[in-house]
Amino acid sequence: MPFKQLINVSARAILRNKTRSALTMLGVIIGVSSVILLMSLGSGVKTFVVEELEGLGSNLILIIPGQFDTKQGFASARGGGLGAIANSKLELEDVKRLKNDVTEVSEATGLLMGSAVVRYADVKKTVQIIGTTSDFTEVRNVSLSEGEFFSEPDVTSLKKVIVLGANVALDYFSDTSPIGAKIQLGEFRYSVIGVLEKKGGLGQTNLDDQAIIPVTSAKRLFDRDNLNFIYAKVASSDLVDTAISKIQMSMIERLDEDEFTLVDQKEVLQSVSSILNMLTFALSGIAAISLLVGGVGIMNIMLVSVTERTREIGLRKALGATPNIILLQFLTEAILLSVGGGVIGILTGMLGSFALSQFMTITLTWWSIALAFAVSVGVGIIFGVMPARKAASLSPIEALRYE
Amino acid sequence: MKNGNLLQLVAVTKTYRLGEHEIRALDSASITIRKGEFVAIVGPSGSGKSTLMHIMGLLDVPTKGLVYLEGKDVSKLSESELAVIRNKKIGFVFQQYNLLERTTALDNVGLPLIYASFSEEEIKKRAKEALVQVGLSERLYHYPNQLSGGQQQRVAIARALINNPSIIFADEPTGNLDTKTGTEILNILKVLNDKGSTVVLVTHEQDIARKAKRIIKIRDGKIVS
Ligand SMILES: Nc1ncnc2c1ncn2[C@@H]1O[C@H](COP(=O)(O)OP(=O)(O)OP(=O)(O)O)[C@@H](O)[C@H]1O
Ligand SMILES: [Mg+2]
Repeated sequence: MPFKQLINVSARAILRNKTRSALTMLGVIIGVSSVILLMSLGSGVKTFVVEELEGLGSNLILIIPGQFDTKQGFASARGGGLGAIANSKLELEDVKRLKNDVTEVSEATGLLMGSAVVRYADVKKTVQIIGTTSDFTEVRNVSLSEGEFFSEPDVTSLKKVIVLGANVALDYFSDTSPIGAKIQLGEFRYSVIGVLEKKGGLGQTNLDDQAIIPVTSAKRLFDRDNLNFIYAKVASSDLVDTAISKIQMSMIERLDEDEFTLVDQKEVLQSVSSILNMLTFALSGIAAISLLVGGVGIMNIMLVSVTERTREIGLRKALGATPNIILLQFLTEAILLSVGGGVIGILTGMLGSFALSQFMTITLTWWSIALAFAVSVGVGIIFGVMPARKAASLSPIEALRYE
Repeated sequence: MKNGNLLQLVAVTKTYRLGEHEIRALDSASITIRKGEFVAIVGPSGSGKSTLMHIMGLLDVPTKGLVYLEGKDVSKLSESELAVIRNKKIGFVFQQYNLLERTTALDNVGLPLIYASFSEEEIKKRAKEALVQVGLSERLYHYPNQLSGGQQQRVAIARALINNPSIIFADEPTGNLDTKTGTEILNILKVLNDKGSTVVLVTHEQDIARKAKRIIKIRDGKIVS
């Protein structure tokens, strides 16, 4: 029997029971569309996070206290984390030395972070405070919406000036300009000299909810000398590798090997994207289970259909259909059902991705569509074989006698 | 084997097992059908007529004995090989018509040719001709449930003719029809026989059997005369 007629015969059998066929496809439709939706959501989140990280500033090398295995991701921070920050041996003189010794480093800055109660008028809140140097704006690519950042002399002279994150500024100064205002930071009074431009973003990287003061003032405020970490910016990306080995050499003069770790942007990006990839695959895997359920639905309906059409099968055999042709016919029906469901699922998944893309970054990958299609063909074959074999093995007379 | 012998059964026995019991539906039956014959197989209900027809029509294989079609032993062929022979050389008409529901008369008639890999246009052309031959030129696109019993049986006959079979088997083709319609159906089979087709008719009614040129009587699985 030619392929075209095989499709024809199977398609007619499916169309004879429109409602049932549609309901059977529904399982596959839901499975395929959720796989596509989750995959594009996952890669969308990845793109977003990667862009966010790159927005930190390119060619950035991070020096953090303690041992920290970036290759295995953040989860395995042996000796890293908060404890390490408390015991940090990193100091401001390291920043100065790096700037002088390593020619590849164009700018460097240290961060001394902590939280403090900030009071102004009747508002009183705990705010995360960053103590840093004037290089910070260059290193982290930040710009100000109002006022200005503190200068090198401000840092050396321990000036009590503060630059507010966009949200912090709004919290304390909803309708007036904060510039020049004196706010209470712990036991000290600081004057506001600038407000950062709103950037948005997530967690640690979000400066909107933080406030920045000269690192020298921060030392006094938090009563410690060690830094949370150091940023070094390299002039161009081809210099990153040389810079890393030179920084390593320079740091080892003063500190032990296990007292600091160098992390470059590339490594962070790699581990973040591998975590996000894993997450995407885990979620898609869960969605794929609903595809399997859809496949079981197809098998169930095909088995019912074989029983119902016992006489038809007997007749077809009497008229000359070989067992193989009957097998192919029922297998084709199962595949048409699952591929039909797959195609509709792909379209609804794409539509869903498009709708979501109005609210957030979504990347629809062609291979997730190809994969969904291939999987639905596979589901049709796997779950169609058993009913098809049952149909093929019916004896023509038994089938004809069947009432 | 003599020339002109279309179908020959030699000492065919068919037994069915039902638990402890063994039912002998056919008991050493030998039959020879020659080309161009119109044979009626008659016998009471349960005598083994349908079983005999299934074996003659290569729908079933004997437990013992031999079956020759056009001189060739077919009793040891595989299911697929038998299907191909049925498709090319045999036509069936059943008591229950056995048409595919929600399928037009034209498509029902064309069904055997799908398995013979004919082109769609050829199938359509031949199916139309077959329906014209049984007097249903006005009902090509009717569904079975839009046709009377007699008309449905004519569609079934048209389907049995479409592959120009060597032999047509009709198992109680008039069983579900009134006498007048039944006679019409028999006349169609007679005309086919006059044009050269070999027809084997299974019935339990003597009246109907008398229309045939030869009558084979069967009782308890044995050929009586
Ligand atoms: N699949 C089967 N399993 C067991 N016994 C069977 C089977 N098929 C037929 N028989 C038995 O074989 C015998 C012959 O049956 P068959 O259908 O050939 O009779 P028949 O002459 O066609 O009867 P009718 O005129 O009622 O159609 C019966 O006793 C029947 O019960
Ligand atoms: Mg019978």
